[in-house]
Amino acid sequence: MATKQQSQNAITLKGSAKLVMDYLNFGINSILFQRGIYPPESFKTEEHFGLSILVSTDEKIQQFLTPVLSQMKDWLLEQKIQKLSMVVSNVTNKEVMERWDFKVQYEGSNDSNPDSIGNKELSTIQKEIRDVLRQICSTVSFLPLLDCPCAFDLQIYTKPDVEVPQEWAETAPSYIANSQELQLRSFSTSLHRMDTVVSYKADF
Amino acid sequence: MSQFAFVNDLKSAVRMDEPITNGPAPRWMKKSVESTSSSSNTSRNKISTSGSFSGHMKLSKETIDLMAAKRTPSKTPKKSKSPASRSASNTPAKPKTPGGDRFIPSRMSTNFDMSHFKMNQENENLDLSPTQADYRKAMSENLHGCDINNVRVLSYQNKAPAPPEGYQNALKVVYSQSKTPMNVRGNTRYIPHAPDRILDAPEIVDDYYLNLIDWSFSNILAVALGTSVYLWNADTGAIDQLLDLEGADYITSLSWIPNGHLLAVGTSLGPVQLWDVSQTKRLRIMNSHSSRVGAMSWNNHILTTGSRNGQLVHNDVRHREHIITIIQSHTQEVCGLKWSTDGRYLASGGNDNLLNVYSGLPGQTTYHSEPIYSFSQHQAAVKALDWCPWQTNVLASGGGTADRTIRFWNCNNGQCINSVNANSQVCAILWSKTYRELVSAHGFANNQLTIWKYPSLTKVAELTGHTNRILNLAMSPDGSTVLSAGADETLRMWKCFLPDPNKKKEKEKRSSRPTLLGPGLR
Repeated sequence: MATKQQSQNAITLKGSAKLVMDYLNFGINSILFQRGIYPPESFKTEEHFGLSILVSTDEKIQQFLTPVLSQMKDWLLEQKIQKLSMVVSNVTNKEVMERWDFKVQYEGSNDSNPDSIGNKELSTIQKEIRDVLRQICSTVSFLPLLDCPCAFDLQIYTKPDVEVPQEWAETAPSYIANSQELQLRSFSTSLHRMDTVVSYKADF
Repeated sequence: MSQFAFVNDLKSAVRMDEPITNGPAPRWMKKSVESTSSSSNTSRNKISTSGSFSGHMKLSKETIDLMAAKRTPSKTPKKSKSPASRSASNTPAKPKTPGGDRFIPSRMSTNFDMSHFKMNQENENLDLSPTQADYRKAMSENLHGCDINNVRVLSYQNKAPAPPEGYQNALKVVYSQSKTPMNVRGNTRYIPHAPDRILDAPEIVDDYYLNLIDWSFSNILAVALGTSVYLWNADTGAIDQLLDLEGADYITSLSWIPNGHLLAVGTSLGPVQLWDVSQTKRLRIMNSHSSRVGAMSWNNHILTTGSRNGQLVHNDVRHREHIITIIQSHTQEVCGLKWSTDGRYLASGGNDNLLNVYSGLPGQTTYHSEPIYSFSQHQAAVKALDWCPWQTNVLASGGGTADRTIRFWNCNNGQCINSVNANSQVCAILWSKTYRELVSAHGFANNQLTIWKYPSLTKVAELTGHTNRILNLAMSPDGSTVLSAGADETLRMWKCFLPDPNKKKEKEKRSSRPTLLGPGLR
């Protein structure tokens, strides 16, 4: 009985990675919408984690996000990722306007054992994720207006021994001159812990 | 010694009948020249090198060796040997004619010690002191949140697309919604801040792109409410229904002919009706458009109409074949259209954010289909348009929600004279006939009318009262009253341009009714 109860509450490493990826996907999409990086017409609402989240319908954005996230998931399972940076930069002069850092910490056992199991209830995790996603939406009220055409890019900080597929290349990390940082809530799946930090250009 | 060599050379060069001596000098001669010049050169070189960066003995010796090497004569004798050899012996470091095709590096300018040091140093570069290494690590952690040396930063090479061309962050509106401060200077005249009169306008179509009210010179206000046109006589207060459309058709624009009783009525299906209001009689229907006609403007007998598909048509209402010119310069719905008071310019604004200005001449029969100016500075639909009554070439235009600026254009040279941020969508603009002022009507957030001084563009007054955005403005024929039609289904009259009481008497003298002999139809 006790073991059954245990397995019901358990979350596998794969499941945890999927949750993290879902969070990143919806987080990135709602940032794209909330910060007005792409026209609001190109978004549609979807129900996730008990929230209606605006997801981009632009095929090109999805064609970019899907392979990045699936590759990230593999790396996450191998515990190679340290953080994901979503860099929002001015299209014309490439100036970095805003950076969203999603930092990953690996909890539980240190080895990347695929059978490792967490013991947190799914509903609790989802609630935590929901809280962070809500917070992302509410950041619009204080983040400075992106008053220029902006594009975004995803930079993944990995360990040096990672295998790099062909479509990937190393880039220079980007930072914002004179930036302000704000740490949002974090959530944990008991296997992965996710910290979200937004850095933005401080007002002149 | 060298002087002698030079003289000898000279002699041999001049005398042609002597045995050939102007080839390379004999070996013994060169030897003796070399030994003397090199001894003198050593000292000279020493001075020059010690004068520069390093006084190393080694370096100066090297250069001497080099110079010796340079002085060895080239195998092929040259014609101008004599002056060359002389100069070589005098300044051996810089031969004026460097030997043939050989590359001789100037070692004088190269600091070998320094280069050697630099080359070796590079290998030791990474051996930082522990504190320095710690400092770097700390800096990197501060900047990147992790030690950058243990991290690879990867990114997917097929980047996400940039936002579409011309896309403006729509959040701009969310960010700029504060009441702008008023002019601190007190105003010299009194402007009532409450409406003089409020009329109900049930079922007025809340559509930014339509022009639903117009006030005639004979003081009759025409209002389109849904499918009907009502006439409100401002003198008597009498209300008449002029027409009522059938079916799903509704009225999209109204325009009085200046100084006449003709009212043009634009409809959502396209036909434009022409009514003689004095007889309450429909004169004709003009089928110029296939989509709704949202904007109309008169220029004598020419009625210019703008439709949803961006087409402008000049109609001569006197002719059976009324279409004179079709202009296709807008790609989207035309929502603002205004002839200047002297008929020299026509301004049109569209949902494609363009403001076009066309030239015209009173009484002309053909019109250019190309605008003389096309201004793209507005970031949203241009609906609010009006020509300045005292400077006939000045046009005021206002943009929609994403733009929220009022711009002033000099149409003689096509320049933007001035612009002011209204912080709210500009739905209509009217110039005052009484004062050097203009009034603009706005939407979210305050739904106010703002009176601006021109050309200083300071705010004179803000008239609030509408609970929803203002759709249109109209001015009474005497210029004292501004009527605003709001989406809150009210028409409000503001006596904001009442003439100064001091000047009133003067005014009354002149305010005899305009004669009906003005340019009529025929």
